[in-house]
Amino acid sequence: MAKTLKQQLAEVNEYEREPIPASALKSSGSFIGMYAGEHTAGTEYVIGPLFVAHGVGAADLVGGLLVGNFLAVLSWAFLCAPIATKVRLTLYYQLEKICGINLTRIYNLVNGLMFCFLAGSMIAVSATAIGIPFNFPMPKLTDMYPTSIGWVLTVFAVGTVITLVAILGYERIARFANVAAPWMIGVFLASALAVLPELGVTSPGDFWGVAKSVIWTGIPLEGQDKFTFWHVMFFAWFCNMAMHIGMADMSILRYAKKWTHGFTSASGMFVGHFLAWMASGILYAVYLQKNTGEFAPGPVSFYAAGFAGAACVVIAGWTTANPTIYRAGLAIQAMMPKTTTWKVTLVVGLVTTIAACFPALVMRLLDFVALYGLILMPMGAIIFADFYLAKRIGFLPDYAWRAGTEFNIAAALTWTLTLAFCLGLNMFAGVEIFFLGLPGWFVAIILYVALSKSLQRKILTEAAV
Amino acid sequence: MKMLMSVLAIIALGLTIVPSILVFNGTIELDLHKKLMTAGTFLWFVAAPIWFRKEKV
Repeated sequence: MAKTLKQQLAEVNEYEREPIPASALKSSGSFIGMYAGEHTAGTEYVIGPLFVAHGVGAADLVGGLLVGNFLAVLSWAFLCAPIATKVRLTLYYQLEKICGINLTRIYNLVNGLMFCFLAGSMIAVSATAIGIPFNFPMPKLTDMYPTSIGWVLTVFAVGTVITLVAILGYERIARFANVAAPWMIGVFLASALAVLPELGVTSPGDFWGVAKSVIWTGIPLEGQDKFTFWHVMFFAWFCNMAMHIGMADMSILRYAKKWTHGFTSASGMFVGHFLAWMASGILYAVYLQKNTGEFAPGPVSFYAAGFAGAACVVIAGWTTANPTIYRAGLAIQAMMPKTTTWKVTLVVGLVTTIAACFPALVMRLLDFVALYGLILMPMGAIIFADFYLAKRIGFLPDYAWRAGTEFNIAAALTWTLTLAFCLGLNMFAGVEIFFLGLPGWFVAIILYVALSKSLQRKILTEAAV
Repeated sequence: MKMLMSVLAIIALGLTIVPSILVFNGTIELDLHKKLMTAGTFLWFVAAPIWFRKEKV
């Protein structure tokens, strides 16, 4: 007999507050598909063109992407996966043990909002494809606010469907991403290849010359900052900083049978963040020649690949927005453990959809992604220090859980002082947001160790007295 | 059934990718490439979910 929707929803069990049992562990194949699908996404249709708009040179792009993506894979494999497969808890529950329930609530709120905005940008990207038949004006590079009623209605239609899929849980999300990933990658590459002759590439030997002189010319569009090798490298490394160094993917990699499954992130990096970014840059270069002023992945892809291209933009947005809304749901559900996951995800989907109505999310995506990683990074550094350094240096791991406190002051100070340090570097030393993550991580580690050593000793001494 | 679907899915991927190579070397026009990609897309989403489906134990 078919189960009712209510029964199905009640059965969604994502092990939010318990270690993953051996029976639920997944092999590397699940993660290869998930990472390839998640990082061959709607945002790839935006990031590649934004590199073109920011005047990245061809050699800087290729070199920066190769090095940056390699560093990102190492970050997943050596920082996030070993801890995820050892503790097998969600990021949020692990944080609760270290930071206390009240600090984790604040973190979850910030984290959930960030995920909402990220998923929102993907819903917006999907909407540029769904909106093609309705012929309303698409957003331009300079648009920040909703541009028409048609745009808002389309965004809401897309957001509703994505939220409903996310409500049905991780299994369905992973299955959908696995099915769509090979086809999406094919469409990305085929679209770019098919339009290369329009740029003057008729044989493989022509490509590099055209790449340097027509696509990635090194000259930014009017009103855009110039990007160098370092921008590309650090962006490729840190665009998922919240996931690897920030440890958000503990919630995903806790399902991995072995820590080495962290290397499966290479499928996402070198297919999505290398080939797909280059492919979408090529598509945008063709569209720039038509000079419409629109910055809308749907019409760009539709021009190169017809219905399949538009469908790819929609599905690429879905396969990333779904796990992102799922993560946001987990983040906020951890604040309200008595509320069911599906109800939280429904609210998260609504917030996400409202955010998606604003084209600013898409046009300033590079800055937003960098900011999002930076804000969440210090908590990942705290988990790292707690896991690897606590016993060696001599402070208590899982301090909040052991001391029975609901607010770990050392962790709160580490988070805020690290962000203050990064803000200071940005405001007073002029360091751009893309470069703040690396010094910030070391500062966070030093701060957490030093503060834990001094504050824990004081509290424990008082307790002993 | 699964074997048949795996073959159809591979054909679908071929219909998605190969036409772009033919456009690149000047054998077919962009319009035909779009139509073939559309056919590949429909075929993929019919065949691949069955191909990828896990056997129930």
